[in-house]
Amino acid sequence: MHNKIKVLLVGNPNVGKSALFNALTGKYVAVSNYPGTTVEFTQGEVQYKGNSIEIIDTPGMYSMLPISEEEKVARNLILQGNPDWIVNVVDAKNLERMLPLTFQLIETGIPVILVLNMMDEAKRMGLEIDCEKLSQILGLPVIKTVSIKKIGVKDILNLIINAPYTYKPNSIKYDNEIEQEIEKLINFIKGDYKISKRLLSILLLQKDEEISDLVKVNENEDIIDVANTSRRKLEEVFRVSLDYMIALKRQLVAGEIVQKIFKKVAKEKESKVVSFISAITIHRIWGYPILFLVLYFGLYKFVGQFGAGTLVDFIETNIFEEWLLSGLTNLIEEGIKNDNIKELLIRDYGVITLGLKYAIAIILPIVTTFFLFFSILEDSGYLPRLAFLLDRVFKKIGLTGKAVIPLVLGFGCDTMATMVTRTLNTKKERVIATILLSLAVPCSAQLGVMLAVLSTSSTLLAIWVFILVLIFFIVGYFSKYFIRGEKTIFFVEIPPVRIPKLSNIIIKTYTRLVWYFKEVLPLFIYASLLIWVGRITGIFDLLLKIIAYPLQFIGLPYESAKVFLFGFFRRDYGAAGLYDLHKQGVFNNNQLLILSVMLTLFLPCIAQFIMTVKERGLKMGISIALFVTVFSILTGYLLHLIINVFLGISL
Amino acid sequence: MTELIEKQEEILEQLWISKNEKNKNSVTYEVLGVSKHSEEISSLQKEGLINLDDEKVWLTEEGDRKGEKVVRRHRLAERLLVDVIDVSGKEIHDTACKLEHYLKEGIEDKVCTLLGHPKTCPHGNKIPPGACCNVDVKVGDKYVVPLSSLKFGQKGKIVFISGISDKNLQSLASMGILPGAKIVVKQTFPSYLFGIGNSEFAVDKTVADAVYVRIEKD
Repeated sequence: MHNKIKVLLVGNPNVGKSALFNALTGKYVAVSNYPGTTVEFTQGEVQYKGNSIEIIDTPGMYSMLPISEEEKVARNLILQGNPDWIVNVVDAKNLERMLPLTFQLIETGIPVILVLNMMDEAKRMGLEIDCEKLSQILGLPVIKTVSIKKIGVKDILNLIINAPYTYKPNSIKYDNEIEQEIEKLINFIKGDYKISKRLLSILLLQKDEEISDLVKVNENEDIIDVANTSRRKLEEVFRVSLDYMIALKRQLVAGEIVQKIFKKVAKEKESKVVSFISAITIHRIWGYPILFLVLYFGLYKFVGQFGAGTLVDFIETNIFEEWLLSGLTNLIEEGIKNDNIKELLIRDYGVITLGLKYAIAIILPIVTTFFLFFSILEDSGYLPRLAFLLDRVFKKIGLTGKAVIPLVLGFGCDTMATMVTRTLNTKKERVIATILLSLAVPCSAQLGVMLAVLSTSSTLLAIWVFILVLIFFIVGYFSKYFIRGEKTIFFVEIPPVRIPKLSNIIIKTYTRLVWYFKEVLPLFIYASLLIWVGRITGIFDLLLKIIAYPLQFIGLPYESAKVFLFGFFRRDYGAAGLYDLHKQGVFNNNQLLILSVMLTLFLPCIAQFIMTVKERGLKMGISIALFVTVFSILTGYLLHLIINVFLGISL
Repeated sequence: MTELIEKQEEILEQLWISKNEKNKNSVTYEVLGVSKHSEEISSLQKEGLINLDDEKVWLTEEGDRKGEKVVRRHRLAERLLVDVIDVSGKEIHDTACKLEHYLKEGIEDKVCTLLGHPKTCPHGNKIPPGACCNVDVKVGDKYVVPLSSLKFGQKGKIVFISGISDKNLQSLASMGILPGAKIVVKQTFPSYLFGIGNSEFAVDKTVADAVYVRIEKD
């Protein structure tokens, strides 16, 4: 029995790592076309010719000196994960830009396999690569693959199980002055590490904090000072930052290598449709109507009308109420004598009637349609295009185009989106995005319900949208000035438009749904349980009275207190409650509008609150929650004054 | 011809501006802040760069040409300080005053080319064109300009990146946005879109201003 072989897939974002992972393990992992949607790593196992191989898909990284959160995760897997192999996946047609990372992976001293992926795309562009020569120059095994078609995948596995690794990778040589300082540091390092002393020395010279902390434990404390002196010395010689010098050198060597191994052959014709779509989706004028159409059809028509309307109606009435619920209700009504237990299960606020119904009949179809929509956006490469189009607008509210990812994702699930804010560059951006997510971005469940509730009157819907957009920008605009932090810049790689693969979309939506339900369903059940406990003890009615008291000043009926109480557990739970009450005809249109706006703005659900605390810290989490609550109440009051008192109209 | 010392250059500069931009052909000793019998004045006169009477001084034809050069150097120095070295405020003028004296012929044109033959100084005053400006227009030689001033379809090579933090510089570098990289501009609104190799990148104005490109003609 062999030991498990541990393999890391490493590479720039958007080179097909995840697709290769799928091809290797047969398991699914999100294949996305946007850097920043996977912040965690995925692990899988494959049995191959009697060997057990563990494969880890790392988030995209550009260099061993991490800048973003994803890069940190990826690097830690290399530094601490004890991999036997690094499979360095590169986009063959962009080899020159990706070789610098390969050089750094070589420097780790861990056996590296270079995988030239997307060979089909490279070929289409008229590029042929002399693999043997490349292998010779780098001293690495080089394999060509088309991972989405599983071409070349077996070659990788064969190479891995046929160890030992007999290659002698060629490390890059930097300028003499730099080499001398590296040498000096190498001699200084006495301890045993998982990566080479050479790379450790280079990273120490580059003032990498994590590496400094790592070596501090085993080494003479002077080593940091020695590294800093060396760095200063070198920067005096070169008059530019050392990181820049090193990056330049790597790119230079990459350029030289590519010269030697690229053969240009005839270009195949690019698909006209794809290049047309690529261009028009970022067009200075046409990009915007298309953006509007994408959101209109994707969010409003598909998620709002189809998901929250048609599907919810169907599942709720046809499946849930007629079929599932009626059967269960009869069974329980007859089978169980205890009134409290009946209440717990099937009465107005029961686990089945309320918790399960909300989760399965109302939230599930909405969230599913949203994640389908989002997955298509992701896989087609539209998200970075959206970032490009919106960067200018987002600068006005202290964010960059990059923030479209968490913000759009927020329309699906604010909790998930809050987690993804960590991919933003600066703390200031992360805080602003978190505030906006908590306040003015309704999640899909909420959005769907609101659209369904407000669809009775297009005026109501328009006013609701207008108020939310207004609040989004006003709060964003002021946050820009009130939240301190460094100015941020925007740069992003725009991948080519790709036609999404249906199987990928479906599996991706499925994995997201699983994540969502693991988090949501228990909360819905707990909420039902808590309400049940609250009701039999009388606390529930007391709380309703307490909440209803201030609400009457905003012109809202007693029942609306329930919506807020539910909304505390999850905004969508509250929204679903609103939907229920609305169907009973409890509210007039004025009340409906005020309530909808307040509920959209209202305190995030518990899960999002917890996520905010986790990502931003306790103090910031509580501050945001307080701000959001006060803001919501004040907005409700203001709307009441304007509509009911000042204008005195009924909508 | 002997080298003019700094003070003489300042006088020529002042006289040239007065004549060509303020329509005042002559300037009094009082305004210039020198006396008629000072060393500067007499040596300028000796070299045939100025004429004078008891109250005022004016440029000769050669003095006018020489003055133009000094003004050009001063304003180029200002551009260099603002665009490339990123100096601001009062520093610009004071440093430019010193720097202009070191920009001798030849170097001055190189600076002018590096800056992309700018037409005006940071204060909006016209920079008198030099020989290099005219040559470039005809031959289509190299310019170095920020990426943000390139037009759709223009190609070039990144020469240097300046004006953003080391951390940002490093992230750009790790994506392959580095000196030596060949770029082609694909869009300039709402943000800047350019291709390097077979990849496309979008950047905002701050980055596009920081990336300096030598334009390459087909």
